[in-house]
Amino acid sequence: MERRFRILRFNPLYDVKPHYQEYRIKVQPLWSVLDCLNEIKWKLDGSLSYRRSCTHGVCGSDAMMINGRNRLACQTLVRDLKYTRVIRIEPLKSFPVIKDLYVDTEEFFERNLAVKPWFVNQTPPPERERLQSPKERQKIDGPTKCILCASCTSSCPTFWFDKAYLGPAALLKAHRFIFDSRDEAQAERLAILNDRTGPYKCHTIFNCVETCPKEINVTGAISDLKKKILWSKIRRKEKKTEGG
Amino acid sequence: MSLSSPFPVHRHDVLILGAGGAGLRAALEIGEAADVAVISKVFPTRSHTGAAQGGVAAAIGNVDEDSWEHHMFDTVKGGDYLGDQDAIEVLCREAPETVYELEHMGVPFSRLEDGRISQRAFGGHSAVRACHAADRTGHVILQTLYEHCLRKKVRFYQEFFVISLIKEDGRIQGLAAWDILKGGIHVFHAKAVLLATGGYGRTYKTTSNALANTGDGMAMAYEAGVPLEDMEFVQFHPTGIYKMGILITEAARGEGGILINRNGERFMERYAPSMKDIAPRDVVSRAIYTEIRNRMGIDGKDYVYLDLRHLGKKKILEKLPEIHSFVQTYLGIDAVREPVPVQPTCHYAMGGIPTDVNGRVVVDDKETLFPGLYAAGECACVSVHGANRLGCNSLLDILVFGKRAGEKIIEEIRGIGVSEPSDKTAQEVRLRVEDLLEGSGNETAVGIRERLQEMMMVRCSVFRNEKLLKEAESELKKLKLRYAAVQIMDHGRICNTDLLEALELGSLLSLAETIVAGALARTESRGSHFREDFPVRDDAGFLKHTLARKGPEGPLVSYKPVRITRYQPMERTY
Ligand SMILES: Cc1cc2nc3c(=O)[nH]c(=O)nc-3n(C[C@H](O)[C@H](O)[C@H](O)COP(=O)(O)OP(=O)(O)OC[C@H]3O[C@@H](n4cnc5c(N)ncnc54)[C@H](O)[C@@H]3O)c2cc1C
Ligand code: SF4
Repeated sequence: MERRFRILRFNPLYDVKPHYQEYRIKVQPLWSVLDCLNEIKWKLDGSLSYRRSCTHGVCGSDAMMINGRNRLACQTLVRDLKYTRVIRIEPLKSFPVIKDLYVDTEEFFERNLAVKPWFVNQTPPPERERLQSPKERQKIDGPTKCILCASCTSSCPTFWFDKAYLGPAALLKAHRFIFDSRDEAQAERLAILNDRTGPYKCHTIFNCVETCPKEINVTGAISDLKKKILWSKIRRKEKKTEGG
Repeated sequence: MSLSSPFPVHRHDVLILGAGGAGLRAALEIGEAADVAVISKVFPTRSHTGAAQGGVAAAIGNVDEDSWEHHMFDTVKGGDYLGDQDAIEVLCREAPETVYELEHMGVPFSRLEDGRISQRAFGGHSAVRACHAADRTGHVILQTLYEHCLRKKVRFYQEFFVISLIKEDGRIQGLAAWDILKGGIHVFHAKAVLLATGGYGRTYKTTSNALANTGDGMAMAYEAGVPLEDMEFVQFHPTGIYKMGILITEAARGEGGILINRNGERFMERYAPSMKDIAPRDVVSRAIYTEIRNRMGIDGKDYVYLDLRHLGKKKILEKLPEIHSFVQTYLGIDAVREPVPVQPTCHYAMGGIPTDVNGRVVVDDKETLFPGLYAAGECACVSVHGANRLGCNSLLDILVFGKRAGEKIIEEIRGIGVSEPSDKTAQEVRLRVEDLLEGSGNETAVGIRERLQEMMMVRCSVFRNEKLLKEAESELKKLKLRYAAVQIMDHGRICNTDLLEALELGSLLSLAETIVAGALARTESRGSHFREDFPVRDDAGFLKHTLARKGPEGPLVSYKPVRITRYQPMERTY
């Protein structure tokens, strides 16, 4: 079967602004959008640029806007876009475009650094593993699935208008450590988040949940963080009053 | 920028080429002890280590009674006695502390009820030994290592494509790389270079490997004069998703899944009466192909079924969630209710750059060192996997030997001055790139690549014989000639992935040549290398490692002995 692809292209050397280019190719229903892009690149137009690597939704390279929604190209099958004869492909929204579907993710990754995205435990470890119950482990199951594809942050209206907002992906990273029973830097991280850039900015619009290719409940995680901050404040207050 | 050079020049004590598990583990080890930088063509967490599903092997005995000696014996036998036993001993002895160390770094392993790390069964392992995080083990390990690198402020050059090593005065002194986002050649100088560039699965049409797995590091070492070891040993994993090659982890069978043919028969009972479906991969892949050849594939076609239905929904969703979702996404099949069509898929390179147990590259049977060059991970051949790798031993390998390489480098760069190599290599690289960018050949990279991948699949995969290999050899010669006339469509410099794919094809062609040469010369069957015309193992003739060195007309094959310490070769049955 044939499909038309309208791809938003931009080459900083020649273009003042992005423009659509259309390609027609024969596709198979089980092809992913990445297979289609490869077909276009390899057979029609080698100058089309996009990131890709694993081809099955684990590396997070090929997040892009497909028919108006952020998805991983390799995880979206032509079959599942069956009601559209024209498939529209654009780079991730609200990220600076370098060329075609290549966006600049430097800022996105720097944002993550704000939440100290690494495990902290200063207590000398036991000889064997630290213990963690399956229930405790389950709490961070969602957040540890994140492949840093940036789909969520790119789809978040709050982030579009306020670039100081940490954004869903960075907050999810914070959640991954704050709710890990073995991590010791909870208080420090919560203090960082209790800021106007943190979870309070989230207006629970759920775009992130809808778009996440790993089906992570990102908004839920952000709500968990809000509650946690609130509780930690109350507890601090209680301690203060107890102390006198 | 250096005054004398037209290229941007970067200087570091140590350069690590590759940001997968091996590269990052080494970077962490070097940490603050030296000025280290990691270069990667993909963003670090996009490296293919993140695709590893099943687990990492260690005899920590949380479920079964176990010992490193058992792990060692299984690994030696699994590799059909071709592995170097001193190295395998290191691997298995250091496995428990490696896993505990990961846990201490925060890796979110799945847990047993009592809070200890959960383990499960895996192919060829005689005890329950695979430590895992559901079926995302590689992903969480890679993330954790990267996060600690951030904490230690390791310097990354991400989205830089390394094209060539710089070898001067008999020593590796740096490398030349292409800045993918901006375009342009950069020169890196260092006292030591560690190759951690992963595998070359993209040499074959059906593979579980990423598009980025083109074996560039192995090819660069080969070009620099390092012989490649045991390249003919290419692992085909039994269960790739039909037609796509996407992996279904062996854990699916470790958790109880079985393979069935068109009659619904659990055929592995005939091929491996005791281990059955969790026999090593070479055994199971051959069995599947034998069934297919005997028209026992589903509907007589070239696939069989992996049946998980009896595991039940709860276990599938808890232990194999990623697999469940892959099958749903790519085939529209619910593995809880339907069997999954599978066929063998090219998965892992047992061979690679020869190293000692400390990551130092060694070039011959006398263990002569190649100064300044180190290798670890899938691109290296220590050799711990021999003729066939056991599942979960690769994540272990990249961590154990990534760390050891890091330690050795710190020790060896002491007292070495900062190098100041000439521009010669960078100029050569520039010519090559300009040639591709501006050239006017009449061949396309994709045309050559697709032919290569199909041809290797038919002539040099699970079943091999002299006729097929000879054909492969002559076809490769033709493909190389065609490659000389390759033309790319993108003439720009920014994000030019067309250029990268053409360069990667060069790596694939060099490596294919070494695979075929090794396979032709090895007139026996051992592990993953099966010769229909020489179907039995020949210890008298071939209990030795192949070395394929670049010669003027193609690879020159020689051999070096296998180091046997504890376990004498025996018949290998499962
Ligand atoms: C689908 C799948 C599942 C697996 N599951 C398991 C498992 O459960 N257990 C197990 O033990 N093993 C498993 N393996 C094997 C194991 O994951 C790999 O062997 C291992 O992760 C390789 O790690 P590495 O660090 O050597 O290379 P990789 O993780 O592949 O990293 C290679 C790095 O090199 C860089 N690079 C390469 N070429 C260049 C260049 N020219 N310029 C710049 N950078 C370059 C890449 O960008 C990347 O950062 C699996 C493999 C696959 C494919
Ligand atoms: S939370 Fe989901 S959408 Fe956001 S970066 Fe992670 S995987 Fe991507």
